[in-house]
Amino acid sequence: MRLRRSMKAAGLGLVLSVMIGLGLWALDDARDDAAGFEGTAPTTHSIAEIERGAQLALLGNCAGCHTARGGAAYAGGRGIETPFGTVFAGNLTPDLETGLGRWSEADFWRAMQHGRGLDGRALVPAFPYPSFTQISRDDVRALWAHLRSLPAVRQAHRPHALRWPYGSPVALAVWRALYFRAGATPPDPKQSAAWNRGAYLVRGLGHCQACHARRDALGGVHDAAALQGGQLPQGGWYAPSLTDPAEASVAAWPQAEVVALLRTGTSAHGMAQGPMAEVVVRSTQHASEADLQAIATYLRALPHTGAVAARPGARAPRQARDPTALGRGQGLYETHCSSCHGDGGQGAPGVYPALAGSRMVTMRDVTNLLRVITEGGFAPATAANPRPYGMPPFDLPPADLAALMTWLRASWGHDAAPVSAASVLSQR
Amino acid sequence: MAIALTVVAPSTAAQAPRPVQVPDTLAQRLLPCTTCHGAEGRSAGGAFTPRIAGKPAGYLFDQLLHFRDGRRHNAAMAGFLADLPDAYLREMADHFAALDLPYPAPAPRRVAAAALAAGQRLARHGDAARQLPACTACHGAALTGALPAMPGLLGLPRDYLVAQLGAWRHGSRHASAPDCMAEVARRLTLEDIGQIADWLALQAVPEPMRAAPAPTSALPLACGSAGQRR
Repeated sequence: MRLRRSMKAAGLGLVLSVMIGLGLWALDDARDDAAGFEGTAPTTHSIAEIERGAQLALLGNCAGCHTARGGAAYAGGRGIETPFGTVFAGNLTPDLETGLGRWSEADFWRAMQHGRGLDGRALVPAFPYPSFTQISRDDVRALWAHLRSLPAVRQAHRPHALRWPYGSPVALAVWRALYFRAGATPPDPKQSAAWNRGAYLVRGLGHCQACHARRDALGGVHDAAALQGGQLPQGGWYAPSLTDPAEASVAAWPQAEVVALLRTGTSAHGMAQGPMAEVVVRSTQHASEADLQAIATYLRALPHTGAVAARPGARAPRQARDPTALGRGQGLYETHCSSCHGDGGQGAPGVYPALAGSRMVTMRDVTNLLRVITEGGFAPATAANPRPYGMPPFDLPPADLAALMTWLRASWGHDAAPVSAASVLSQR
Repeated sequence: MAIALTVVAPSTAAQAPRPVQVPDTLAQRLLPCTTCHGAEGRSAGGAFTPRIAGKPAGYLFDQLLHFRDGRRHNAAMAGFLADLPDAYLREMADHFAALDLPYPAPAPRRVAAAALAAGQRLARHGDAARQLPACTACHGAALTGALPAMPGLLGLPRDYLVAQLGAWRHGSRHASAPDCMAEVARRLTLEDIGQIADWLALQAVPEPMRAAPAPTSALPLACGSAGQRR
């Protein structure tokens, strides 16, 4: 609902911006031309460069979007849901007709650095070029070497299904003028090499902001480094804030825990779920130890945000809760949940996550908690955990789901707001 | 140091309850499967969550791949299987294939004798005039399946059989290419499908239910699901 309303506002805003947009469109083009590709591209690539590119492509999870379910790797076709419609990822294999066969390395650099396609037209920013513009010239060259080494697969590009006017050249020019600046953020000499490497990966290739940043009505991100949590389209999942201690900030985690989560999908403090599970399986588990340490260093140093700075000790008055709902929730927990998650919500390390102290249970947004309860799922199947345990789906009536979540959010020292059956209904 | 530890240990133990002890078994790992497909995968009675226990391992593995990779469509199955590795899917298939559990008697149902006879005729003999092979030509003489990957057709609910044949006929279910079942289903009329499903669903399952050995002669149609195992 909120999305729909904001989309209407977005539409109005766009209409008002058309005139300005036309002007910006011309300016936008001129700026890119000035910052074009320099130097001549080698026509052959060394095996080492191709391998380095393949590793970088894993870090960026390029195949994640550019591979349809069950389809040929990198041949495109996966639909990416956005609030403005569905964007279909392109074919990155070197096929002449349907892939990047006619592209030069300079064209690829322009796409990554400036978000423009072969014909110079602005690309839809579902392709996260606002992040990829951070990627170094060397890394882009290695990625290109990797893509050129792939077998050509003939698979025509599906046109995007974006509602008007999103996706039109003028709308994209407005968007780019508002939110996109090409070029990398220079390293911060006051920070360690690990922090700078982490910043480079998180802001660039890792494009963490694609999910974890808060977006405005036009889908724009104002502070790419903020990572303050974002709702994924279609109400699917909530990518929690990486800066809020009440959500997914890892500032208080030991470094090794952060590395473990990205490497194995599980940690003492929680388990990657939903889209993050996919990121761990397809991308971060393949990262080198040094890169995971760098990412952890950077994430742990992110500034704190959030309403309440310190939760323990700072005791707000306890939330008022319906005792009937609490009793019902407790009964449901004992029937359905306690055999795996334990009477005290303690869980089993590496197998069933602890619910006591779990921020997925207590955070303000209950999207993920509701999804996990009703859909279940397996833990991320990583090399470290190739035969994960699974959780069955519990498709309970809305009032039961509300009671169970309310009880979970009030137990074991938790003091999170109760959940109403109406809000469960509206989310499902 | 040792003294300090012994003093500290009881109080932390009181705060954090002992971790849940979890059996290291496939049955435990695969609880999501048995929640819908019934305890030990012997079906929970729903028409669209069939029994999986005792089906040929090759068939189960193929279906897991099809659901994961989008050739067969079910949102819950796709969600569970997304990003699970082939090796684990094979282990799941082997686990449920190895469960040798008795079948319940078929659900009684009133069907016109003529329709039942037509269903039996199609299942056992096919219809040469329409180039329609008999079910028994591929699924085992007793319709209990054939190794390594041809499923049995007995012990399945009528609605499930109708839905699967319909899905093949309309192109929403696919098997490994060449997709022989899609070809067969396109040659069936809706009436045929109803009659075959009626007859199959009323047959008692032989005890023990065993898939026939892999066929030695050529199948009536080229079939990607028939043989060559990975």
